[in-house]
Amino acid sequence: MDGFIYFLIQTVNGLKLGSVYAIVAVGYSMVYGILRLINFAHGDIMTVGVYTILVLMTAFGVPLWITVLLSVVIAIVVGLATERIAYRPLRTAGEEATLISSLAVSIFLQNLIMMLFSPQRRAFHLPEYLSRLHTIGFIKLSTMNIITFAAVFIILIVLSLVIKKTRIGMAMRACSDNLNASKLMGININAVIVTAFAIGSGLAALSGLMLAGEYKTIDPLMGFVPGLKAFCAAVLGGIGSLSGAVLGGFILGIAEMLFAGLMPTDLTAYRDAFVFVLLILVLLVRPYGILGSKEGGRS
Amino acid sequence: MLEINKLSVKYDNIRVLHYISMQIRKGEMVALIGANGAGKTTVLRTISGLLKAESGEILFEGKDITKMSSHNIVASGIVHVPEGRQIFTKMTIEENLKLGAYLQRDKSVIKRNFEKVFSLFPILKQRLHQQAGTLSGGEQQMLAIGRALLGNPKLLLLDEPSMGLSPIMTQQVFSVLESLKKEGITMLLVEQNAYEALEISDRAYILETGNITLEGRSSDLIQDPNVKKAYLGGD
Repeated sequence: MDGFIYFLIQTVNGLKLGSVYAIVAVGYSMVYGILRLINFAHGDIMTVGVYTILVLMTAFGVPLWITVLLSVVIAIVVGLATERIAYRPLRTAGEEATLISSLAVSIFLQNLIMMLFSPQRRAFHLPEYLSRLHTIGFIKLSTMNIITFAAVFIILIVLSLVIKKTRIGMAMRACSDNLNASKLMGININAVIVTAFAIGSGLAALSGLMLAGEYKTIDPLMGFVPGLKAFCAAVLGGIGSLSGAVLGGFILGIAEMLFAGLMPTDLTAYRDAFVFVLLILVLLVRPYGILGSKEGGRS
Repeated sequence: MLEINKLSVKYDNIRVLHYISMQIRKGEMVALIGANGAGKTTVLRTISGLLKAESGEILFEGKDITKMSSHNIVASGIVHVPEGRQIFTKMTIEENLKLGAYLQRDKSVIKRNFEKVFSLFPILKQRLHQQAGTLSGGEQQMLAIGRALLGNPKLLLLDEPSMGLSPIMTQQVFSVLESLKKEGITMLLVEQNAYEALEISDRAYILETGNITLEGRSSDLIQDPNVKKAYLGGD
């Protein structure tokens, strides 16, 4: 019985982590779908968001909800700047060029944050009302966790409505289906790309807050590995597909926590390796991801 | 309506169009004929802004569109049916058609154009909610043309609409072009199927390795011994 409860607790922890991956993966997948860009700097945008919150809260004592709004805004500004400076000039240069450029952006952002705030790990405390724990059965959830679940749920519903029902959403799907044909329909593809980057960066900032609130510490490199895992989640679910990204995020989060919780302690250090091995295994069976299809590629 | 003056275009540092000039008058159907690799597609892609000109100018209704971006060119009334159809395979027929009307604001115009497309291509109406990638080649071509018509074109650019189609389908596509011509839509038609293209068009240009070598009324060109020899398989 104890074993089962432990299993349940780890699953819930996996859901917490998975919801963060899901949110980042959705942004990742959106940008990839349109530009075929593997944006290594995506996770670092998350770090930018978190440090914005830290500065505003500790140095200026701004209320959390305002800092969250501002961190989303700043993440969007930084995300759009990277698109303008590092990706748009390379648009015709091929996927390898933008991939390398995104690594450069990632290294640049990490080092910029180190210079501004020191490389040291810092404590990150949410206000008391958010970290208060609620016990539901055997499971302990903080107010923040509950807000996170609700937020993820709402974000995903709103986003899928935007993509299915709105004009810009239809344009985004068209661009991800066939970029050149989209131009011929009169779609301003730069506007669509900017929108995708803005949504992705804003979501990255929100997920940064969720992650920092959970781990209670932050550092300048904190975004990189979650960024990579979000990419894995997007690939696992079927890249370019929104629901695939979400599914991949949750699978990865749960798998990672179960591995960390159920394996002998000297193996848990390998949880990241486990995640990547899982990705490889799934791709061996389903090369286009769980919900992806060959059609998912650009025609 | 469209005037191309001394247009040259480079592709990977190789000049593929050498200072060509062309005119299309309102209501006219002009064919652009040439062998594979002569630069026909390049002409269309440059008009619609997918490629940038090296020098020269393209005027549409008197306005210089040479440096305009694609979406603004579409907005000014030039709609391009690209080579290989380029439909949105993962989206439904209906969504493809709606994307064709992406810049159209007037609901009554959109509705009228939808009805026009459905009367030209009844098959599209039957399959409205089907994924476009499931259509046959000929149906995809109809969708590509239908999608372009929803953009309410003043000038329609057609790149090899008969490519890869069965003879029956080719006849159908050409009869649709014929009825569009009767409606007065101005068209620039790129074709390898030279005979059909000369039959249907008013005037034609012959493009050879990036140079216009001959131009004239289609009914004259179809009799021209050189054209016959090079493009019509005659002697």
